[in-house]
Amino acid sequence: MDFIERTLAVFPALLGATPVVLQLALGAMALALSLGLLIALARISSFRVLRGIAVVYLEVMRGTPLLVQLVYIFFVLPSIGINIEPVLAGILGLGLNYAAYLSEVFRSAILSVESGQGEAALSLGYTPTKALWRIVLPQSFVVALGPIGNYFIAVVKDTALTSVIAVTEILKTANILNSQTFQTTEIYTAAALLYLIISLPLSRIVVLLERKARTRG
Amino acid sequence: MVDNIVIEVKDLHKTFVSEVKPSWWGRLRGHKKEITRVEVLKGVNLTVARGATVAIIGSSGSGKSTLLRCMNKLETLDGGRIFVNGHLIGYEERDGELVAEKASITAKKRTDLGMVFQHFNLFANKTALGNVMAPLRDVKKLSTQAAQDIAIPNLEKVGLGDKLHNYPSKLSGGQKQRVAIARALAMSPSVMLFDEPTSALDPELVGEVLAVIQQIALAGTTMVIVTHEMQFARDIADEIVVMDQGKIVEQGPPDVIFLNPQHAKTKALLSRSGMNPPA
Repeated sequence: MDFIERTLAVFPALLGATPVVLQLALGAMALALSLGLLIALARISSFRVLRGIAVVYLEVMRGTPLLVQLVYIFFVLPSIGINIEPVLAGILGLGLNYAAYLSEVFRSAILSVESGQGEAALSLGYTPTKALWRIVLPQSFVVALGPIGNYFIAVVKDTALTSVIAVTEILKTANILNSQTFQTTEIYTAAALLYLIISLPLSRIVVLLERKARTRG
Repeated sequence: MVDNIVIEVKDLHKTFVSEVKPSWWGRLRGHKKEITRVEVLKGVNLTVARGATVAIIGSSGSGKSTLLRCMNKLETLDGGRIFVNGHLIGYEERDGELVAEKASITAKKRTDLGMVFQHFNLFANKTALGNVMAPLRDVKKLSTQAAQDIAIPNLEKVGLGDKLHNYPSKLSGGQKQRVAIARALAMSPSVMLFDEPTSALDPELVGEVLAVIQQIALAGTTMVIVTHEMQFARDIADEIVVMDQGKIVEQGPPDVIFLNPQHAKTKALLSRSGMNPPA
């Protein structure tokens, strides 16, 4: 009983770090969604150079650890005169990394829309660009919604990595508390629970959004 | 003269090229890129007069669908020219050379041609009404109300006035194809192109689609139909075009073609479909 009480007592201190986590997750996701879509479009474009750039980006971001990328942005870039404050560096690192994964989600979602619909749009006088935006992409987003939701939950959890680049998010706050009180079990249990409390409603929202989008088809 | 001709195909050539590239390992072992060329159209000339119904028949691989797809530039051309209402489609001519024109210009020219596909190609996320309204709003820039005022009568014309709010997944193949026809018609094109419109349908659904096409033809719409339905072609067309191996081998009024075929391919085609000319 004492353990539960002591664990609950840690929560108020950790809760203060929640806004930063949401800021990191939302910022990173906004960046990842827009950049991911651009990379996906580049990958299916007819310009070879664009395709090449997209593939290199994907392989580099997917092939190096997110933790290393965060460290790189925060500790290496200053040596060439680029100083980015911690939270922004966290958003950039997470966003650039997740953009690679989301580009693959978008690419397969775009390819999953039968090419016949695009052809029909062209035959009706749509330009290729308009056919993509008005006919193909709206359907791709519905297909992509589930995976996007999963990545959103993943990015919420990966915000913990930014603790190494001086962002005072949940884990960092827990580390500080731990060094002061040595209530290791209580503090990290509370931290884990807090991540769970943030993630669970998100999973529900993803399921609901997906169901709503699919009833139309 | 030009006023009476909707589509003019001049010396059309089309070759499909497919490349199989070896992997880097294969390249090391000396494998070369394999290029396969299939000449699908070998110099086709055809004119479609205003108000005419032209049926193109021929066995699979004869190039008839490709010819139709070239007419609205869904395929690039390798030689020749296609004019729609006197306008060269897909290209502009500079010093006798053909240069690809801007996509937006081709898009505008395509509104002159309505196309109906073998696999319907309805927009899966839109209702029957939404499918017909989409291009009216997106391409013709009509208001929702104006688009609806055009879309609903067109859907009623194809007998789907009671299915306006059904999504494609809730329509039969025949109904889907009729929505596709309404969608193309609503743009009031000057010619309708049908690419094997009944080939993907269950036999019992073929009739309803053919009846709608016939009704449109009777209304005086210019149309080009690629079809395997010989009896239908004979009933509906003013002119039959027989294709074989990328060339037009015979063409003429249905009675001449069906009663007195000259070319061996035509004879074979007719006998295979049980339409033997009287001996």
